[in-house]
Amino acid sequence: MTVYFMCIVLLTMGLYCLVAKKNIVKKILGIVIMDYAVNLYLIIIGYKTGGVAPIIEPNMPAATLERFVDPLTQALVLTSIVIGLGVLSLMVAMCIRLYEKHGTFDMSVISKLRG
Amino acid sequence: MRSIAIIILLAIVAVGIGVALMAIPFGVAKTQVGDHYTESGIGDTGASNIVTSVVVGYRAFDTLGEITILFVAAMGLGAVLAGGRKLGQRRDVEPASLILRTGCRFLFPLLLLFGAYIFIHGHLTPGGGFQGGAVIASAFLLVYLSCPGRRVSKVWSQTTESLGALTFVVLGLVGLTVGGHYYLSSFMPHGVVNELFSAGIIPVIYVAIGLKVGSDLTGIIDGMMEETI
Repeated sequence: MTVYFMCIVLLTMGLYCLVAKKNIVKKILGIVIMDYAVNLYLIIIGYKTGGVAPIIEPNMPAATLERFVDPLTQALVLTSIVIGLGVLSLMVAMCIRLYEKHGTFDMSVISKLRG
Repeated sequence: MRSIAIIILLAIVAVGIGVALMAIPFGVAKTQVGDHYTESGIGDTGASNIVTSVVVGYRAFDTLGEITILFVAAMGLGAVLAGGRKLGQRRDVEPASLILRTGCRFLFPLLLLFGAYIFIHGHLTPGGGFQGGAVIASAFLLVYLSCPGRRVSKVWSQTTESLGALTFVVLGLVGLTVGGHYYLSSFMPHGVVNELFSAGIIPVIYVAIGLKVGSDLTGIIDGMMEETI
């Protein structure tokens, strides 16, 4: 399906950042972009054509219940975003520590230093 | 050579995932469990926001793991960043502008109120504990930006965090013994749907999550800002 195309583009962009770039900050950005690609994919997979948010309102016609998008994937993405934030904060903290120790963000320089 | 290898890797990944995804139809219902949640969610939990009834009702044990992960991440950030720079090595930070300071004084209570509104109404409207907690943490971020050197009291933030986590765990265990056969089963009356005091224990749990996430994220901001001042 062409709708999934953008997800794949986003994921590939993130993977490119992760593999090709030497700067750690850019690597972290790549991981975050991949994270959001997966989140976007999960949200798209739960979508129904003509879907509405799964919130029951007073005096709502019963037919609207059929048009609710999948609540399970939305709950999963909520979890995924929070965990992504935790992982991101830990990565950034380690990045700050590395910069303090070596004075550079360049991965190839840091790996040559060895201790 | 390296760039060619990278391009080949990306092409393999993109084509592989693309071929796998093409078979999935778009725009139709796929999971039966999602339909089950939509149909019986309001009867089981009483929350009119079905996503909330999934997050704090059906899959509440996952949410416990989730807030544990957030807590461990905040703690790990504190451990990694602690002891980096010696005390007394603090740089002098120039004070924030008058606009930021005045705006902070005006916006801080409003942001706290908005965050509390979001997590108290988590079972009625879009939003919930995590979103409200993020708004509350952004209020504290504003204070950190506008008044450099001003810190959140460690005692208060740790007390709030522990209280939130304790409420979640204790209510879940009470639900396990009193209400039914699974963790966090709702033992309080569901009340009238679409009213503030409805949906059993879900608002209580979401207030606890909101406080916990708010103080966790504030702790993360605190750890990060410690590096700059």
